[in-house]
Amino acid sequence: MKKRMNKYLLAGLIITGIVLVITLIGIFWTPYPPTAMKFGKFQPPSLEHLFGTDNFGRDIFSRVLKGTGTTLTIALATVAIGAAVGTTVGAITGYFGGLADDILMRLNDALTAFPSILLALLIISIVGPGSKYNVVIALGIVFIPSFARVTRTSFAALRDVNFVTSARLMGAGSGRILLVHLLPNIMRVLLPAVTIGFNNAVLAEASMSFLGIGVKPPDASLGYMLSEAQGMLKAGPWYAICTGLTIVLLVFGVGLIGEGLQSRNREVV
Amino acid sequence: MGDDNNPAVLETQQTSVDGNEENSRLLTPEKQLVLEVRHVSAGYRSGGFAGRGGKYTEVLHDVDFVVRHGEILGLVGESGTGKSTLARAILGLLKPEQGEIIHHTPRPQIIFQDPYSSLNPAYSAWWSVEEPLRIYGKYDTEERKRRVRDMLERVELPEECYMAKPDELSGGQRQRVSIAAALIRRPRFVIADEPVSALDVTIQAQILKLLRQLRDEFDLSYLFISHDLNVVYQLCDRVLVMKSGRIVEQGPVEEVYDHPKEEYTKRLLEASA
Repeated sequence: MKKRMNKYLLAGLIITGIVLVITLIGIFWTPYPPTAMKFGKFQPPSLEHLFGTDNFGRDIFSRVLKGTGTTLTIALATVAIGAAVGTTVGAITGYFGGLADDILMRLNDALTAFPSILLALLIISIVGPGSKYNVVIALGIVFIPSFARVTRTSFAALRDVNFVTSARLMGAGSGRILLVHLLPNIMRVLLPAVTIGFNNAVLAEASMSFLGIGVKPPDASLGYMLSEAQGMLKAGPWYAICTGLTIVLLVFGVGLIGEGLQSRNREVV
Repeated sequence: MGDDNNPAVLETQQTSVDGNEENSRLLTPEKQLVLEVRHVSAGYRSGGFAGRGGKYTEVLHDVDFVVRHGEILGLVGESGTGKSTLARAILGLLKPEQGEIIHHTPRPQIIFQDPYSSLNPAYSAWWSVEEPLRIYGKYDTEERKRRVRDMLERVELPEECYMAKPDELSGGQRQRVSIAAALIRRPRFVIADEPVSALDVTIQAQILKLLRQLRDEFDLSYLFISHDLNVVYQLCDRVLVMKSGRIVEQGPVEEVYDHPKEEYTKRLLEASA
C-alpha cells in the first residue's frame, strides 16, 4: 500500500508535533514553577507572562504546559484502554460470531444507550472521584463500545475473505489469524477511530473536570483549569481564552490527522 | 500447529510425510485416487439464534465422483450451481449433511478466482508465500528463504515483485503469488476455483500453461472449476458437468464435448461456442 501524505495529515502532524514537543519540554522545564504564587494577580499576557497570571498570581503559561501534559496522559491512556479492549471485543464478536457475538454486542448496545458523560459519572461514583487514574478508568470503559462496534464490522467483513480461508487451510490458529493476518488490515479503520476517540477523550476529561468529577489539585488538567477560569472571566479573560485555545489546538491537530488518515483510506480504495 | 488443525485432512489420509516430494511419484501408483466424494449432500443454514436452528437450504445433491492421481478434472456449470460450495465442502470448510469426502493426500489447497482477495493486502508477495511455512514451523529461516525463492522462481514471478504488496501487482502476478502460496507446502491435490476467469485472455493462457507445468513438476492433481468451457477443454483430462447442485454428466473431455448426452451439456456447449 502506497502511503501517500496529504495536506490534512501533514498539517495535523505538524500542529500535533509542536504541541507534543512543547508539552514534553513542559515536563522538565517551565518558565516559572507552575504553583508559585509570587507574581501580581491578573496580569494580562505580556512577554514576561505569555498567557498572563491568574487570581493567585500564578503564571498561566507554565500551568497550561503542565495541564496539557496531564490532559494528554489521560486522553492517551483512555484511548489505549478503549481501543485495546474494544478491538478485542470487536475481534471476538466479529470473527467468531455466534453466542459470544450476541451477548457481547447486546451488552455493548446497553453501554451505548447511556449518554457517555452520564456513564462516566456513574463509574466515577463507583470507583471514587478525584484521582486521574479513576478518570482514566471511567473514560476508558465509556470508550470501549465505539471501538468494539467499529472494529467488529471490519473483522466480520474479513472473516471469510479468501486470504483468511487460505490461512485457515494452512493450519493457522485463530490467534494468528486475528493478530497477524487481520489486525494490520483493521488499522485503516482503527487509526482514524483512535484520533476521534482521543479528541473525545480530551473533551470528555475537560467536561468531567468542569463538572468537578475530574482531576483534583495538585493535578491540573486543561479542563480543570477551564472550570477554574470561568469564575474569573471578568477579571482575567485571558485565562479562559488561553486555556480554551490550547484545548482547541490540541483537538484540531489530532482531528486533522484523523481526517488525513481517512481521506488517505478513501484514496487507496 | 500444522496438519492437526487442517479441517480437510481426515483420518483416512493414506499418504503423508512432508519433504519427500521428489520420491513420491514413484510411490504413488498410476490411477490411484487422490479424492473420493461419495454421495455428498450439503448446504447452508440461515437465520436461527446463536448458530442453532434456522432454515436449511440444500445446494449439493448426492454428488459423487473421484479425482485420480495426476489428472486435471474440470468442473463446469453455470454460476450458482454449487461449484464453489462443492469446493468448500471438499476443503472441509462446509460439513456435508450426507455422504463423505475422503482425501488420500494431505493438505489440499485452493487457488481462488479473485486474486484481489486471495492475498493479504497488508503484506508483500514474499510474506504471503512464506507464511504457510512459518505456520508449519518446521523449517528455519534459511530453509524457508530457500524454499520461497525456489517457489517464486517456479511460478515465474519477476524478482522485483518479491517485496511488492498485492496492490502493486498486476492480476496475473497476484495469481502467480497465490499459486506459489498454495503450493509451497507441496500439496498433492489442489482445487483451482475459476483461477483465470478474472484475467485477460493473454494472461489466462500464461497461467494455464503455468498450472500444467506445475502439475508435472509437483505431480499434482487438480479439480479445475470453471464456467468457461473453452478453458476446460484446453486444460482438463476429464470433466464433470454440474447443474443445480447435481453432477449430470461426467467423462473424458473429448467424449463429453463431442458427444454430450445431456440436454444441459449441449446448451452449455452451444452457449460457449
